[in-house]
Amino acid sequence: MSDLVIETRGLRKEFGDTVALAELSLSVRRGQVFGFLGPNGAGKTTSLKLLLGLLRPTAGTGRVLGAPLGDRPTRARLGFLPEHFRFQDWLTARELLCVHGRLLGMRGAALEARIETLLERVDLLDAAGRPLRAYSKGMLQRAGLAQALLNEPELVFLDEPTSGLDPLGRRMVRDVIGELRAQGTSVFLNSHLLGEVEATCDHVAFVKDGRVIRELSLAGQPETVEVELRVEPVSASLLEGLARFGRDLSHRDGVIRLRVDGEESLPVMARWLVERGARLYEMRSARRSLEAVFLELMGDDARPG
Amino acid sequence: MERLLILTQLTLHEARRRRILLAALVCGAAFVALFAIGFYFVNRDLARQARLPLAQRRLMLNFFLMAGLYGANFLTIMTAVLLPVDTLSGEIASGVMQTLAAKPVRRAEIVLGKWLGHALVLAGYLALVTGGVLLVGWAIGGVTPPHVARGLPLMLLEGLVLLTLSIAGGASLGTITNGVTVFGLYGLAFVGSWTEQIGTMAGNPTARALGTAASLVMPSESLWQLAAWHMQPPLMRELQLTPFSPASVPNGAMVAWAAGYVVATLLLGLLRFQRRGL
Repeated sequence: MSDLVIETRGLRKEFGDTVALAELSLSVRRGQVFGFLGPNGAGKTTSLKLLLGLLRPTAGTGRVLGAPLGDRPTRARLGFLPEHFRFQDWLTARELLCVHGRLLGMRGAALEARIETLLERVDLLDAAGRPLRAYSKGMLQRAGLAQALLNEPELVFLDEPTSGLDPLGRRMVRDVIGELRAQGTSVFLNSHLLGEVEATCDHVAFVKDGRVIRELSLAGQPETVEVELRVEPVSASLLEGLARFGRDLSHRDGVIRLRVDGEESLPVMARWLVERGARLYEMRSARRSLEAVFLELMGDDARPG
Repeated sequence: MERLLILTQLTLHEARRRRILLAALVCGAAFVALFAIGFYFVNRDLARQARLPLAQRRLMLNFFLMAGLYGANFLTIMTAVLLPVDTLSGEIASGVMQTLAAKPVRRAEIVLGKWLGHALVLAGYLALVTGGVLLVGWAIGGVTPPHVARGLPLMLLEGLVLLTLSIAGGASLGTITNGVTVFGLYGLAFVGSWTEQIGTMAGNPTARALGTAASLVMPSESLWQLAAWHMQPPLMRELQLTPFSPASVPNGAMVAWAAGYVVATLLLGLLRFQRRGL
């Protein structure tokens, strides 16, 4: 069994003259919670639709769970919660899950038991007999999440799963993703909410203008810490020495800034400064948030979507 | 096949839950009730005219019955177009289709499942309104058209032509555009058929050919003309005294063409939906 659940090479999608996705090449490992980040219009939803076979690529290739994109039997092993989930609103939540379960090839008592378990998990047991048109946006999203998990999928695609949810609902989604990870299920998460991604994902890819511009591992890797120092005297040899502790070093207005991997290097750096006779007036550190990385990668030309 | 039937069930369930069946039942019953009242009074007045020959009375009642069947046919056509007009386009636009199509179901199964569900609803509706009209004719006036078993399947085929166009159009067009296009084609067939009839009566081969060409583009009205021809007493057909007595009777080839038209339209719709991004 391949270690990769998603593997794409040069996937491209054009709609007439518009390039929705320029070139998607990425790999997602089995059991990984993979965050796919980017501004509106970057090509996130298009990528997801290509992976699910809802769109045909203009160019490029890809495999999902080892099968070509859109492979029909493979879809029985996938879960999918689309953005702005819409259903036949004349169905009740229980009927919705029953129809989708049957389409997934599930039957009888096993399907019924699975439906009850999921309704309880997404806290819709009380409302399960009501038509979906009577549901709030958050309740609909939770029904959609239950629908995405019906077949105990090996890989789940979640497109903005916390959209429309209140803090309790968002917490529930985070917990569900945590449970999926614990079960070894791979999750492909499209989200704007960087805090959510940071709290749930092992690995993230940043997409801009239809291309993955950077990937970042969030699990098992030391965190990037931004350090600010006020030191005197500042010499070229001091800056050169400090640069060995991290990267992206700058010196402006008497403040030295650099990034280091993990907080462990901070006391070492302080000792090094003191030992070489520098006067250390201030040393501040802050964990670099995903939002800071996102804003830096998207650049000044990025506009609100 | 199993998933196709699940989608057929879902379509039937939708018709019931969205009160489409209820609306059809109520409006169909109102139509039949109105027809029954009219038929009762006409029959009573004709029966009072002692000097009116029985054969003439029966002809007049048959004419009225054909008018009732024409009304039933018109309602069936409206239902055939409107019932499924947003079944693909609406679900694509709302995003409902994404969740369905992401399941291990063939896109052809989605289209065929919906087609079958809607066709069953349409057949039920046709049976209701035409059955009501025929029952009224038999119970009140004692008249039953000949060859009903030939006429009703032709009316159903006419409905299926329009229903299939409406579903297949939804794979490419938006809901409103689709509805306007299908009704436009129906209008073309209607005018074409009358052009053919009048051209035949006037002995004008160009008008007749024009009408035949329109019927090939859209065979719906020809099917009604043939159904009406079958369901009239021979004397009414020969005299050509009513608008339901075609001067140019469509033949079996037109029925075969219409059946092929349904299959070809459905296949085109399937292909289009198969290739369409969702």
